[in-house]
Amino acid sequence: MSQARMSGAEIIIKALVDQGVDTVFGYPGGAVLPIYDAIFQQNHLRHILVRHEQGAVHAAEGYARSTGKPGVVLVTSGPGATNTVTGLTDALMDSIPIVCLTGQVPTHLIGNDAFQEADTTGITRACTKHNYLVKDVNRLAHTIHEAFYVARAGRPGPVVVDLPKDVQLASGDYVGPTDIRHRTYQPRIKGDARAIERAVELLAQAKRPIVYSGGGVINSGPRAAELLVALVKKLGVPITNTLMGLGAYPATDRQFVGMLGMHGTYEANLAMYNCDVMLCLGARFDDRITGRIDAFSPNSRKIHVDIDPASINKNVSVEIGIIGDAASIIEDMITVWDARRYRIDPAALEGWWQQIDEWRGVDCLRYDRDSKIIKPQYAIERLYALTKDRDPFITTEVGQHQMWAAQFYKFQRPNHWMTSGGLGTMGYGLPAAIGVQLGNPGALVVDIAGEASILMNIQELSTAVQYRLPVKVFILNNEYMGMVRQWQELLHGGRYAESYTAALPDFVKLAESFHCVGLRAKRPDEVDDVIGEMMAVDRPVVADIVVDPAENCFPMIPSGRAHYEMILGSAASKPEATTEGLALV
Amino acid sequence: MGDNTKETKFHTIAVLVDNEPGVLARIIGLFSGRGYNIESLTVSETDPVNRLSRITIVTSGTPMVIEQIKAQLSRLVPVKRVSDLTTDGPSVERELALVKVRGKSEPRVESLRIADIFRARVVDSTTESFVFELTGSTDKVDAFVDLMRPLGLIEVARTGIVAISRGPGAL
Repeated sequence: MSQARMSGAEIIIKALVDQGVDTVFGYPGGAVLPIYDAIFQQNHLRHILVRHEQGAVHAAEGYARSTGKPGVVLVTSGPGATNTVTGLTDALMDSIPIVCLTGQVPTHLIGNDAFQEADTTGITRACTKHNYLVKDVNRLAHTIHEAFYVARAGRPGPVVVDLPKDVQLASGDYVGPTDIRHRTYQPRIKGDARAIERAVELLAQAKRPIVYSGGGVINSGPRAAELLVALVKKLGVPITNTLMGLGAYPATDRQFVGMLGMHGTYEANLAMYNCDVMLCLGARFDDRITGRIDAFSPNSRKIHVDIDPASINKNVSVEIGIIGDAASIIEDMITVWDARRYRIDPAALEGWWQQIDEWRGVDCLRYDRDSKIIKPQYAIERLYALTKDRDPFITTEVGQHQMWAAQFYKFQRPNHWMTSGGLGTMGYGLPAAIGVQLGNPGALVVDIAGEASILMNIQELSTAVQYRLPVKVFILNNEYMGMVRQWQELLHGGRYAESYTAALPDFVKLAESFHCVGLRAKRPDEVDDVIGEMMAVDRPVVADIVVDPAENCFPMIPSGRAHYEMILGSAASKPEATTEGLALV
Repeated sequence: MGDNTKETKFHTIAVLVDNEPGVLARIIGLFSGRGYNIESLTVSETDPVNRLSRITIVTSGTPMVIEQIKAQLSRLVPVKRVSDLTTDGPSVERELALVKVRGKSEPRVESLRIADIFRARVVDSTTESFVFELTGSTDKVDAFVDLMRPLGLIEVARTGIVAISRGPGAL
């Protein structure tokens, strides 16, 4: 595959193109000028100029989550690289494949505290799956191909390739991406057959089973979601999704009991608490899911399927751990189930469903539908009702609006829901929406936002306008950092320290100043019109939905509490904070 | 796993890694970032042809924590193999120490006598000092250092444990 000698910058472009990359999110600077010069002289790669490097990484994340392809970022050295750290950490926590190319000062200046020098591989070591510093132009092509392999293989994640400027300018040999196999890193795909048989046997004996699936099923690809639906239908059991797993199973199906965890549904959490066999597929038992760990589903036998061996037995001890890819393992489970003609005891299963329907009867997501001010839940319900036929992509920022979106928007398909789950990054949603729109031209992309979060990366409106990306920013404006205010109300005696978003901009005028369309709804009867108009214009829109500032997000399992200690709504008494719980986040 | 014991024990873990820049920083960063202990750590290239290094780490934790440490190490991209030598069958553990003792007359003679009992070698000598070289288990090195203390011990350099499994098998 050796070809004519090329410059390092040309090698980089060719390697990206050969990896199937069509879009790069970036921001130029001194240490990447040769690469930008090479980009200028070709037509294969589209470069999207963001307005802040953090936005580049989130945009690449949105692109990756909605297309299934790795997202690519190009930034300069020093501040360009350090500005990516939040995005990289976000991608690491949520297992999103990202290849981030960072410029670096020339090799002879490394370590000299040169202008715009930062120890990028040192800084990003803890927030990437892997990183590289390329010092030899002849290693460049191979390293970039390997970076794509590492970003995608096994549990996906972000990979940084640090590129000194002299390496970009030197000339070297190009090698193609064929036969790039990492000599050490080869994650397991196929699950252990014996463990799968034992797992299926355990499921067949269950009286109160539940399936709990997460982001791993989404990352495994659309086929995993199809197989998941097939398995759950076959078993006839309830299924719950984590925040990251929403969309893997159609939310309007009767067997779906809603999201679980801190702001999950009553029925999902009680079913998890009371089940006797739990099948966890591609989720990781994190603290938002388990609540108090020693009271988490105490009487169940647990099966955990995960591609990351370190996720198994990390937080919760399980009976059967199966390492491998979700699609492959679910398929094998279905094969065993069919071959053995298993059937869950119908009487037991019927009793279990009766119990679940009783919990459903509590109607844990109820809110005041007659309110004269816009309830945030109402706004999202209307957004769902009016947009669902367009199969939209939804991104969010972080906070109350994010949880309401997860509770009230009924996702039908995978890869249509992008939210910052693990890291909880305010400012994620707008750049992510831009990335989604680029990966899915013509689709409806809505960022459900809060007025505080949106201000963290508001500059990216400029990017949306420049590239004519008609993303819709749907702000639930309650003039508070709502989730902070809610915790202060419930756990800190109503002392609202610094959680009021004072001096807010006029979002309509702000939108107009960015050459976007600005809309506002102040009363419930204005919501539908605003959503209709937002969808009708083929331009970026900021919709300022003025919602009840005092509304809280329920149900809620306070930190350090068990699933059965869920608070249901404003009518319920305030929780007693446990000493341990107060220390939790 | 099923083993819910909370008892913390020392484990010696051998890790075979690609010898590439930053690999040791990755391992150490994993331990500090996730709050695991490092009691001792040794590292050196052991297979120059294939550019492989062997890192021996003595750590401590409950069985669940040790299992997690092994899993976390295994998922690092440049890590080839991980073995818990404490649980994966019998193994040999050794440490090397260089111990400097300064003194004259009777304590000086006494240090030589004890060194002889411990089969420590004198690798440097002046009229008022010795440097002893000693290999053995951590306990043996500890005992030797304790005995040298009243005899003019002024400096100790220890490698930390290196370990290898007994029998014909290899990592």
